[in-house]
Amino acid sequence: MSRETVIDLLYLFSATTFLVALKGLGSPKHARKGNLIAAFGMLVAIVATFFKFVDGHALHHVGLILLAMFIGVIIAVPTARFMKMTAMPQLVAIFNGVGGGAASLVSITEFIHIKSTSPATYVTLEVLLGVLIGTVSFSGSTIAFAKLQELMTGRPVTYPGQQFINAIVGVVALGLILTILVTGSTTLIWVLLAVSFVLGIAFVLPIGGADVPVLISLLNSFTGLAVAASGFTLGSNLLIIAGTLVGASGMLLTRLMSKAMGRSLPNILFSAFGSVITATGASGVEGRTVRSGTPEDVGVLLSYASKVVIIPGYGLAVAQGQHVLAELANELESKGIKVYYAIHPVAGRMPGHMNVLLAEANVPYEDLIEMDEANSELATADVAIVVGANDTVNPAAVNDPSSPIYGMPIIHADLAENVVFMKRSMRPGFAGIDNELLYNPKTILVFGDAKDTLTKLVAVVKAS
Amino acid sequence: MNTLLQYATVLILTAFVGTEIISKVPSILHTPLMSGSNAIHGVIIVGSMLILGAATTDLQEVLGFLAVILATLNVVGGFVVTDRMLEMFKGRKPRTGAKSDGPAS
Repeated sequence: MSRETVIDLLYLFSATTFLVALKGLGSPKHARKGNLIAAFGMLVAIVATFFKFVDGHALHHVGLILLAMFIGVIIAVPTARFMKMTAMPQLVAIFNGVGGGAASLVSITEFIHIKSTSPATYVTLEVLLGVLIGTVSFSGSTIAFAKLQELMTGRPVTYPGQQFINAIVGVVALGLILTILVTGSTTLIWVLLAVSFVLGIAFVLPIGGADVPVLISLLNSFTGLAVAASGFTLGSNLLIIAGTLVGASGMLLTRLMSKAMGRSLPNILFSAFGSVITATGASGVEGRTVRSGTPEDVGVLLSYASKVVIIPGYGLAVAQGQHVLAELANELESKGIKVYYAIHPVAGRMPGHMNVLLAEANVPYEDLIEMDEANSELATADVAIVVGANDTVNPAAVNDPSSPIYGMPIIHADLAENVVFMKRSMRPGFAGIDNELLYNPKTILVFGDAKDTLTKLVAVVKAS
Repeated sequence: MNTLLQYATVLILTAFVGTEIISKVPSILHTPLMSGSNAIHGVIIVGSMLILGAATTDLQEVLGFLAVILATLNVVGGFVVTDRMLEMFKGRKPRTGAKSDGPAS
């Protein structure tokens, strides 16, 4: 067997491990093993590449390659190991972004490298798409990171004529691609790089925090596609397979997320949702009464309960309340009360965010139930505890056609016998929409920091 | 065979197989799915190594060097974060005096 054949076989092996990893994610039992297998497959691919011949010679600059890898490892391992679990969304965002950046650089460099051989038009097109998509993913993810890390406001950033300006930037990028296809200009590819960078930023700025789960999966998909494009340029099946897998997974998640929001993808991406407090929500609030209570009141309620459903939201992550919440659930379970966690698909800042958060607090995954199951459990539940969630339990999504979130499937907390709503203040949720559930006679509002309230509640339940 | 056609074949088949497999991932594992697929696109490290290994000018060297650093961050960070996440997903441990027999279905 020739050297090239052996290397290609090893690449085939790696590609297979990636599929095994994704298949492993079908159940929490095999997921970790699958991930380790993929990591091994990646290692095999990297080692095999060191033995590859390019342009008829062995790899140059092996020392530089090792140095760059060393630098990467030195930065990545501590960041990935020691970053707080609550910082997971931004961590995923930034690791995704650097991948997009790498794909873009690979495409550009390959273009410079092969330009003298006057490549076919389709090769140039692949390069340009790789640059465009990879760079958008890079700068977009960086902004998403900044929003999530609260280096900048998480609210949509808007300015007059924004959509018009964004459209212009997009058109300029397309125009550049066409021009480069015709002229093969190397100078213009740098301009394309800069324009794509701006496009990524402009695209992400108007997207607010609550819509970030959709955005992150979309950017993930972009990086996958950029990698696949580089695979076409470099003639690597491995890159095409891996890139396409990620592209498909990102697209699928994006679709699931927008479905869970009851909104179309264009609406999520271009409507700067949540930037204005809607007038309809604010009116009619005056004079309405809410029933507020203390943790002791809730303790009494819980002592008569036999089934409790907890509905967590992003506020729980912000308050770092997941461990106390799990402690509360354990206390309740030790008293023979059945406890479920109802997880809305878009609760939090990335797909499945709440599941990871609760897994960190050692909540067994059997207790985490999805929206449909949650709604049937809620019908027979004695108490629903809403902690850090708001829009995902807002009945306006079902009842009020004028509401911006109308059409979003929700968790019907109001089906339970009693509702406990833990809230920092009467301030409306992220989308700026008033929540009818707060005024429901079934609802007891407990004001305060979620973690404090939960801590007090644990003490009350323990004592009873 | 025309190489473009061959690559397009791989692309299309992978897209279908990928969608099929990924649609079976339960929503509880969506975050690890994102982060795991994130690590998988770190395979761009192979491309980065190839362009740095083929670099003939200073500019290509600099770009390739940067690409390898970024790709390493992606691949290493991606796998480590995913492992850390998946490590936390645990089933119900047999507990003394516990009552619950798992979620009702």
